[in-house]
Amino acid sequence: MITVHLRYFASIRETLNCSNEDWQTSATSVAQLRSELLGRGPAYQCLSPDKPVRMALDQVMCLDSATLQDGCELGFFPPVTGG
Amino acid sequence: MQARVRIQTEDFDLSHEIDLLRKSDTRVGAVCSFVGTVRDTRALTGQAHDEVKSMALEHYAGMTEKSIEAMIDEAHIRFDIYQAKVIHRIGELAPTDQIVMVAVTSAHRGESFKACEFLMDYLKTQAPFWKKELGPQGARWVDARVSDDAALARWGVQTLP
Repeated sequence: MITVHLRYFASIRETLNCSNEDWQTSATSVAQLRSELLGRGPAYQCLSPDKPVRMALDQVMCLDSATLQDGCELGFFPPVTGG
Repeated sequence: MQARVRIQTEDFDLSHEIDLLRKSDTRVGAVCSFVGTVRDTRALTGQAHDEVKSMALEHYAGMTEKSIEAMIDEAHIRFDIYQAKVIHRIGELAPTDQIVMVAVTSAHRGESFKACEFLMDYLKTQAPFWKKELGPQGARWVDARVSDDAALARWGVQTLP
C-alpha cells in the first residue's frame, strides 16, 4: 500500500466538500486510483473520465496512465480559468 | 534578478513593474505588456442576469508558480527576449480591478509582442487558477473557453487533452 496526498480544487472541492485528504491505496496508476474514488459514492462522479476534469501528479498536469509513487500528490480540478 | 512570477492578493502597478524591467537592462529597446481586468458581462450583453458583482480567484499554490515559471522558460527558448514577468492576483476582486499582468522586454518590438501573447495564451489554459463570479443569482464557476485552447494550439504547444 502507498499513501497518496489528494488535492481538490474549485467546483470539485465544493462538490466533495474537501480540499485535501490522504488516501491509502494499492493502485499503481492514476486511472486505478480514480476508479477507486468513483466507487466511494455519487459525489465522486465529478471525478469521472466522462467529466471535464483535469489532473496533476506532483503539480504537473498528467494523464490516467501516470504512475503513482508513495507520498505523491495528486490534484483534481476543472479546466482552468485564470488570466 | 527580480522574481519572474508573483501570486498575490494585492493590486500591482504596471508602470512600476515596467520601470524595474527596463531600467535594469540597457539592451532593452522594447517592452510589451498585457493587463487582464475583471469584466462586468452585463455591460457587454445588457442582460441583468449577466451582472458580475464580484469575482473570487482560487489557485493551486505551488503548482501555479511552477507552471508559470515553465511557461517563461519556454518563452525564452522560443523568442529573443531578455526578461518576462507575470503577476496574477487571487482572492476577491471587483469589476474593473486588475487580475493579471504580463510584461516582456526585448531589443526590438516583435519578439516581446509575440512572447507576451504566447505567455497569456499559455497561462489561460495551463496555469491552475479558477474564477468564481458572484451575480444576481448567486455564485457560479466560470466555464473554460474552447477559444482559449485554440489560441494556445496555434503556437504548436503540446498539452495534455
